[in-house]
Amino acid sequence: MGEVLALKNISKAFVGVQALSDIDFSLLGGEVHALLGENGAGKSTLMKILAGITRPDGGEIVIDGVPRRFQSAEEAAKAGVGIVFQEFSLIPDLDAVDNIFLGREKRGRFGLLDRTSMRRAAAGIIARLNVELDLSVPIGRLSVAQQQFVEIAKALSQDARILILDEPTATLTHTEAEHLFRVMRDLRRQGVGMIFISHHLEEIFEICDRITVLRDGRYIGTVPVAGTTTDALIQMMVGRRIENSYPPKPAGSGPGRVVLRVSDLQLEKDGPVNAFELREGEILGFSGLVGSGRTETALGVIGALPCQRKRIEIDGRATTVTDPADALRQGIGILPESRKADGLIIPFAIRDNISINNLGKYRARLGLIDGGKEVASTAEVIRRVGVKAPSMETRVETLSGGNQQKVVIARWLNHHTRILIFDEPTRGIDVGAKADIYVLMRALTARGYAIVMISSELPEIVGMCDRVAVFRSGKLVNTLERDAIDPETIMKWATQERTDELV
Amino acid sequence: MSSSEPAAKGDIRAPVRGTSLAALRRSTLFYPLIGLAVVCLIMVFASDSFLSVNNLSNVGRQVSINALIAVGMTFVILTGGIDLSVGSVMALSGTLAAGLMIGGVNAVLALVACLAVGVAFGVFNGALVAYGRMPPIIVTLATMGIARGLALIYTHGYPIDGLPGWIAFFGSGNVLGLQMPIVITIVVYAVAWLVLERMPVGRYVYAIGGNEAATRLSGVRVGRFKMVVYAVSGLTSAIAGIVITARLMSGQPNAGVGFELDAIAAVVLGGTAISGGRGSIIGTLLGALLLGVLNNGLNMVHVDPYVQNVIKGGIILLAIYIGRDQR
Repeated sequence: MGEVLALKNISKAFVGVQALSDIDFSLLGGEVHALLGENGAGKSTLMKILAGITRPDGGEIVIDGVPRRFQSAEEAAKAGVGIVFQEFSLIPDLDAVDNIFLGREKRGRFGLLDRTSMRRAAAGIIARLNVELDLSVPIGRLSVAQQQFVEIAKALSQDARILILDEPTATLTHTEAEHLFRVMRDLRRQGVGMIFISHHLEEIFEICDRITVLRDGRYIGTVPVAGTTTDALIQMMVGRRIENSYPPKPAGSGPGRVVLRVSDLQLEKDGPVNAFELREGEILGFSGLVGSGRTETALGVIGALPCQRKRIEIDGRATTVTDPADALRQGIGILPESRKADGLIIPFAIRDNISINNLGKYRARLGLIDGGKEVASTAEVIRRVGVKAPSMETRVETLSGGNQQKVVIARWLNHHTRILIFDEPTRGIDVGAKADIYVLMRALTARGYAIVMISSELPEIVGMCDRVAVFRSGKLVNTLERDAIDPETIMKWATQERTDELV
Repeated sequence: MSSSEPAAKGDIRAPVRGTSLAALRRSTLFYPLIGLAVVCLIMVFASDSFLSVNNLSNVGRQVSINALIAVGMTFVILTGGIDLSVGSVMALSGTLAAGLMIGGVNAVLALVACLAVGVAFGVFNGALVAYGRMPPIIVTLATMGIARGLALIYTHGYPIDGLPGWIAFFGSGNVLGLQMPIVITIVVYAVAWLVLERMPVGRYVYAIGGNEAATRLSGVRVGRFKMVVYAVSGLTSAIAGIVITARLMSGQPNAGVGFELDAIAAVVLGGTAISGGRGSIIGTLLGALLLGVLNNGLNMVHVDPYVQNVIKGGIILLAIYIGRDQR
């Protein structure tokens, strides 16, 4: 199949920042082409230009040999460009059929909706994807993967021959991702050209044909998957070689004393009962499939989720933790899974986000906040975690994912916490920021912090954790110690029913 | 290894609190200031007596009731809530104060009881919202009816007249040449500003509106501070109740019908986001003044009161339209 899309010399500047300069990109029919780069490299901007959402300052978009100039997303869609956003644009209360035809409803007599023919058309597209999907239930009740298929179906219903998939796997389980890849392979056979954005290199090696790398808004190069390696790609992305992404684990200091003992945690009535210990200076991994109860267990411990039963000892003393405020009082902090939804207070500046739970420290006369003290103390903790920003008054929404994550971490370091729960601390952040967070975590444990790290990334769990608790279907099935921590063993415990008998 | 440049670390300077034009442009106060300036300018040309001390003093007194109620409303809306019960709570507090004074209760005690009833209603609202997990618009719609009903029951539907003369001080007294309602309003705004901008409670109020889940997870007792904002709303409604009772020298069970809408309008015209998290108490004062000057001006140029409603509604829509993308 020939070239369906060519982007030539695309440039775009936002107020004072050159977001893209002279980007070239080419896509063949029936090709999966990865667009790779650290966060802020310009991938999203480039895709928004292609999808007609943003207008370029210069350069050319050529589709099927015809130069195009999109004034709107509708025009791009008409030209055959479909985009599946990282955050879905679906209406959760409508069913798949209504979502697919939203805004383009087929009409029958008297201008009423022709549901029968829309349903038939939707079923046809879904069949083309070769997936099982209940078309008649509200989208909100489908799994994330299924919702993604509806997004893809929506794009295909507009005869998209160029499909942009912006981090489609970020919210999928491994099995769901495999399912998506199968759908992508089917589409490839049907001649659809796909642009695939992902931070997971192994996914790119699995599904893609060619890879284009961007860095700091510049085109670095395009390589065939067959002729490259992970190391080479990372080098292209970061412009420097990352020898070892994980800082060394402290060797042989022996297990520290137990700072947190959870002995009888039951979240749901008749649900599994879990127990675990957390030791001073260690990183305890919570591994398992998405939905296996890792996050829920952590939220139960800090009192953010109600529990049927809960017995907790901190420093060997029995205690109760009724809510996150109580957890904070007893020295437990959390870095939530979703920065935007649960971590950051978006309208706030960096300073306000960090000091929100330590304002008591800066109390001056009449209960007023001592601004000078607040600024000094916040600046100190910002230095410690290495947030990069023009000033502490910068709004957090303008920061990169990695810096946002550091802001939430800083919130807890400014306090007398000793136990930190990091839920997916490196999700959606670039390679360099990941390394920063790893180094920071090790620096914290060296100072006596105890960390629980919840992660879906096996290499990260293996590379960072001193011990790993593996969850399956809400049950903590096994805790692996140092040498037993390897990807295969973890996956075995996370996925296999039979291993129950080994416990 | 760490990938960040050491030089880039610690590159966080102390805040630069400039009063540059750009900063003002970004502030939520920008449009309210312009709006107020435009309306005032039009009035100056439309009417010779607009700038007279007498008229301005009138505007101030008329604005004070709405401005007082709007203080509590600002607290509530900043958390992402709403309080429809303010007008009714004002009437209940006002009639209670009047009734107690008539009944020979100690003056201070009567005023304290009046404020306490306002706060109690607020706490009730807040408890239902925060711990009963009920939507604020429904909770306060219900308590709006309850408070109005209680005021009517308490007064048997008749105004309570014959109040002791000293109470008039709160309605028409003079301090340093300023009308007492204006003085009370200034004091309440000063305190509210301190609380919102310089005390931890204020930071929590903004944080809850900005992201309630994140605020809760970072260890702030969100429920407690939601109770506080509704309590503040009840309190400022009760203060408004004292002022209006003193001005009318009568406890009116039917006072304050529709006042919740004026208060919400003042808050929103003042640049506070109806979804919470952004806004300011100064903006609310500007919003209340804007509404007051508009009322005053339309009266002075003898616009039909029916037409006035249409104009005011239109101006609110226009203001929201202009400020809609402001972040």
